[in-house]
Amino acid sequence: MDARRVAELAARNSYGRLVAYLAVRSQDIATVEDALGDAFLKALSSWPQRGVPDNPEAWLLVTARRRLIDMARRSQTHAKALNILNLSGVDSAENLEEISFPDERLKLLFICAHPAINVNIRTPLMLQTVMGLNAAQIGSAFLVAPTTMGQRLVRAKAKIRDAGIPFGLPQTQALPDRLDAVLAAIYAAYTTGWDTVLGGDPSHKGLADEAIWLAQLCGQLLPAEPEARGLLALMLYCAARRGARRSTTGDYVPLSEQDTDLWSQSMIQRAERELHQASIYGRLGRFQLEAAIQSVHAQRASTQHTDWETLAQLYSGLIQLVDTIGARLGHAVAIAQTQGAQTGLDLLDAMDIKTVQKHQPYWALRAHLLAQLDEQPAARQAYAMAIGLTEDPAIRKFLMAKAQSL
Amino acid sequence: MGKKARCSGDLTQQIQMKYAILVYETEQDFAHRDQHMPAYNAYSQALSEAGVLTGGAALHPGHIASTVRLKDGQRQVQDGPYADTKEQLGGFFLIDVPDLDNALDWAARCPAAGLCAVEVRPLWSMEAN
Repeated sequence: MDARRVAELAARNSYGRLVAYLAVRSQDIATVEDALGDAFLKALSSWPQRGVPDNPEAWLLVTARRRLIDMARRSQTHAKALNILNLSGVDSAENLEEISFPDERLKLLFICAHPAINVNIRTPLMLQTVMGLNAAQIGSAFLVAPTTMGQRLVRAKAKIRDAGIPFGLPQTQALPDRLDAVLAAIYAAYTTGWDTVLGGDPSHKGLADEAIWLAQLCGQLLPAEPEARGLLALMLYCAARRGARRSTTGDYVPLSEQDTDLWSQSMIQRAERELHQASIYGRLGRFQLEAAIQSVHAQRASTQHTDWETLAQLYSGLIQLVDTIGARLGHAVAIAQTQGAQTGLDLLDAMDIKTVQKHQPYWALRAHLLAQLDEQPAARQAYAMAIGLTEDPAIRKFLMAKAQSL
Repeated sequence: MGKKARCSGDLTQQIQMKYAILVYETEQDFAHRDQHMPAYNAYSQALSEAGVLTGGAALHPGHIASTVRLKDGQRQVQDGPYADTKEQLGGFFLIDVPDLDNALDWAARCPAAGLCAVEVRPLWSMEAN
């Protein structure tokens, strides 16, 4: 990560904290964002002349709050907006240095991933409200026009306000399910725009840094929830391999052929630490298992070989927890390595064809196993399916070369 | 040394929200209402004992409905419901609860949630908009 990116991510700390603190009180995210936007603009004109205040966050809070009070008085609308008036701590403080305010970002994360919010807009909502990304940035990552993304975000925020979605933490018994939704939305940011199974174009980093930052925040705010750490570990393992996914000429390099010297050892070590911390709680979950799978792959850097037996076990555990296409394909790969290509192919045959018909990695793996079994015509056909379903030019080129070598 | 002024969060006043729980029924549900009635009676009793029920009604099936439009000042009456879908609005409950999560909890207890579907919508407040 370069310095500018680090600074950007640090600034998001204040932005998200301020949005969360004010939104929990006014229950109107859109209005809070407008008021904060004004406050940031004022800061841009005032700070260069008068100097940066000692407590910039408090300055922004006081300025945004003043603006919110103005807006509430003028429109005389939402009674809830008047809660903003009641920030007695702000009024009694004699100067900015005395003002501190609690971190309410966890509540904001849970609101964004509330079950009543459409699953497709949860990740964009988090990116905007918690991290301050704009609709154009989010839209481009999700391949949606900025205006369309903007409208969807506006509609979601109106729903939060008007449907009465509570601005609090879920009750204890609902927490595990609700946390799953939060983590799934964070993971969706990571996988947006590129395929994790085969490894996408590293120049399109998508929102990987943002997702890692959000997972880290989630882990800080919920230190006793091992799945948050599991997710962070999973993303760090995958991000560690970013530099090895393409050759110097831009060609796709499959995981098994990647130069392990190009893997980021510092990221792998961070991932190992997070996964170890998570395991202390003795509550295994989907993300911890997926991270453990990546941990096995990461060991190749020191042992020069891949422990497929362990991978097969981990994948079969993962299928029991969450039966996804990705988990089944991973399992089939590991089984093919340990028990032969035919056994792996049998597992693919057992999958429901309707669910995999348009799944490129399924066809790529099927072609690969058929080729190993010397079933050229069937392999060629499967490669054709995979090639036809590929969006990524580098992967298309890779698959075409494989098909031609048959 | 000035002590830090903590901005506390306990000042948020509890505001009640009004929701309609809209009950959708299939033709079969309508035909077998007598079977479902005990469950609905228990449900509305639970709502009123919790002090959240403010109104509601059960409706006749959609084919009993008449839909009215004014076209160029002329009254046009159509035999049947506005939207002729397989599932029809069969009734509604009006409730007062603190937030959507509470409303969804009540909606999930409604017998129709297991039979067909229940829609939850906040009432439009005339004063706040």
